[in-house]
Amino acid sequence: MKDSNPAACSACATKGLCGGKGLVTLKDGVWTVNPLAIQMLGICSALAVTSRLESSLVMGAALIFVCVGSNLFVSLLRQYTPHRIRMIAEVAIIATFVILFDQFLKAFYWDMSKQLGPYVGLIITNCIVMGRAEAFALQNPPVLSIVDGLANGLGYAGGLAIIGLARELLGTGKIFGHTVLLEQWYTPNQLMILAPGAFFTLGVVIAVFNALRGPQDEEENK
Amino acid sequence: MNGNSALVILIAAIFTNNILLTNFLGMCSFIACSGQIGTSLGLGTAVTFVMTMTTMINYAIYHHVLAPLGLEHLTFIVFIAVIAAFVQFVEMFVERFSLKLYFALGIFLPLITVNCAILGASLFMVIREYSFTQTVGFGFGAGIGWAVAIVLMAGLRQKMRYSNVPKPFEGVAVAMIITGVLAMAFMGFAGMVSIQ
Repeated sequence: MKDSNPAACSACATKGLCGGKGLVTLKDGVWTVNPLAIQMLGICSALAVTSRLESSLVMGAALIFVCVGSNLFVSLLRQYTPHRIRMIAEVAIIATFVILFDQFLKAFYWDMSKQLGPYVGLIITNCIVMGRAEAFALQNPPVLSIVDGLANGLGYAGGLAIIGLARELLGTGKIFGHTVLLEQWYTPNQLMILAPGAFFTLGVVIAVFNALRGPQDEEENK
Repeated sequence: MNGNSALVILIAAIFTNNILLTNFLGMCSFIACSGQIGTSLGLGTAVTFVMTMTTMINYAIYHHVLAPLGLEHLTFIVFIAVIAAFVQFVEMFVERFSLKLYFALGIFLPLITVNCAILGASLFMVIREYSFTQTVGFGFGAGIGWAVAIVLMAGLRQKMRYSNVPKPFEGVAVAMIITGVLAMAFMGFAGMVSIQ
């Protein structure tokens, strides 16, 4: 395994702001370097599960759980993990937490587990989790790592919720299955819950994030 | 068990159920490496090869080792280990026997371990209960479909370089919009063949 994966995960390693303490860490994950909108990580599941708000929220919860859990254990074990095999150790820890969540869903929320399909398993290859383990938990004490995992999970879950809300509302006129936009004056646009709608929504969300952050983002990231 | 022939699944995996444009898998490397046609063609080839082989290996492991022993809950960790090991093995093999191929494909191989399309194809294979020939058709078709999508995207992005894009949309945002249009174009294939 090479030290740096050129495309996907170099973003995690270079853009993560790792210098702060608790609050700064929290703000970074949720806003300044939001994993979804700013760093473009974990796009796959962001697009696939957001056709409804409910499944978006469950996916967000899954990511918070896995991110916090794996960050904690990677951080606890960081002094005992030989540098050369750290990647495989991280993958093993992450996969363990993903399996835990998957089993939990299968046991208590079977319908939701069916609906999410393979995307729960795909959290393993979600570069956010791996990126945080690699860029943050390896260098920081356990408590701070938990905060970082929580922040990034929240940032990601927030992004998912926004996309899920927009797509369910525009695509079906409903939120959580309750009709919000009355059919007399709003015709649901089926395209929003199909694949192209996912791409359009994410594109617009990213653009809005860029616009809100303004042109000074180059200096902020340095 | 569904009754589609391997050929139908192959065609469907390329066009109507494109793994990238309808299942959103492999987006990270899709966005990062779709700058040039040559590069994306290389990556597409590598993905096709690895995806075909790993779905076959994972099929054998799942149905002959994990399922009989009742170890289905270990599926994720076994699949990801198989993929990582296979990619490593191919890299060593190619480096030893064909240096030319190594320089053409080798740089993409480490990237592929973290490509969620590879793991996703194996998971779909389990969920949709494919037989072995169907698995081969699906793995190969999904790889080709992914390659087609990324090469098309690279061509579009090369043209986009000369366009005047609104400031907030520059970079990834506009790439997303283009992908959306591409996905809409692929929806035109719906009805040609259908699985699921």
